[in-house]
Amino acid sequence: MADLAITPGHGAVEAHDEHATTTGLPNTKLAMWMFLASECMLFGALISTYVLYRGASQTGPYPDDVFDIPFTSVSSFVLLASSLTMVLALAAAQKRDVVRMRLWLLTTALLGLSFVGGQVYEFTTFYDEGLSISTNLFGTTFYVLTGFHGVHVTVGILMLMSLVSFSTADRLPDDAAFPVEMVGLYWHFVDIVWIVIFTVVYLIPTPSPAPV
Amino acid sequence: MSEIESRFQEELGTRDMADPGEARAPHREHPSAKEYIRIGVILAVLTALEVATYYVDVGGALVPTLIGLSVVKFALVVMWFMHLKFDSPTYARYFLMGLAGATTLYLVVLISFGVFKVG
Repeated sequence: MADLAITPGHGAVEAHDEHATTTGLPNTKLAMWMFLASECMLFGALISTYVLYRGASQTGPYPDDVFDIPFTSVSSFVLLASSLTMVLALAAAQKRDVVRMRLWLLTTALLGLSFVGGQVYEFTTFYDEGLSISTNLFGTTFYVLTGFHGVHVTVGILMLMSLVSFSTADRLPDDAAFPVEMVGLYWHFVDIVWIVIFTVVYLIPTPSPAPV
Repeated sequence: MSEIESRFQEELGTRDMADPGEARAPHREHPSAKEYIRIGVILAVLTALEVATYYVDVGGALVPTLIGLSVVKFALVVMWFMHLKFDSPTYARYFLMGLAGATTLYLVVLISFGVFKVG
């Protein structure tokens, strides 16, 4: 079998992939999409648990008591804007415009940091208003769901900062579009999860508390 | 495709696993920065509409409207920003498999727990 190995760079694979693969697609990108598909399962479980226990809390505070929709709306706009800056970073990387790529990557990381900062502020405010993870079913499902999402955003920020550091240290390949695209896929996934969370958790009204 | 590559694929039977012609078909160019900005503006407008439903009473249309808006936003990000509209359909299949699997599984769970029961 060893003599049948395909030599690197051989075959009609995507331009940014160095190795020929049996599918003709870069394995890294395929693996990233498979990972994101598995993440759908994870967030699906967390979102449906939240939906299952909506309005089932026996004691307050309830969602209407703590949610600050204008504040969370601004956070949503910030995360959405970060998705735009991420694709602008990719467009710059595809044009091999390293300076703009770094600038857009840094902007994306900063917007992500603002979002996480907003989440920390929100959690702190809710805690001060008497909602902890063990207060009621709403607190448990809300903190676990949004907390997991916040951790994903934080990991994304670390990935973005790593890209910037590697680029500054000249450790990215000349065509940096591929690594930027991979990090971008993860970042946009975090954004689409928030699109669902914002609607399901914050905007769709919670039914009245169940009678004790 | 070189001879050695063909032999390799025959040996592994990969021709049956994926359609090389389809996977290797040249994908469309990714959008330009201008197009990205246009999609970004559309997403911002849709988000503004979502937020507006919090202040404007739309009655029974609230939940369908919100779900519809978030589905459109979701699709725009996946198709344009994540390039599923432009890349090989194999990526879309992998992702949709996970997405459809999760949606079906959790909808069945929620229905079986009576979450969508009216009254």
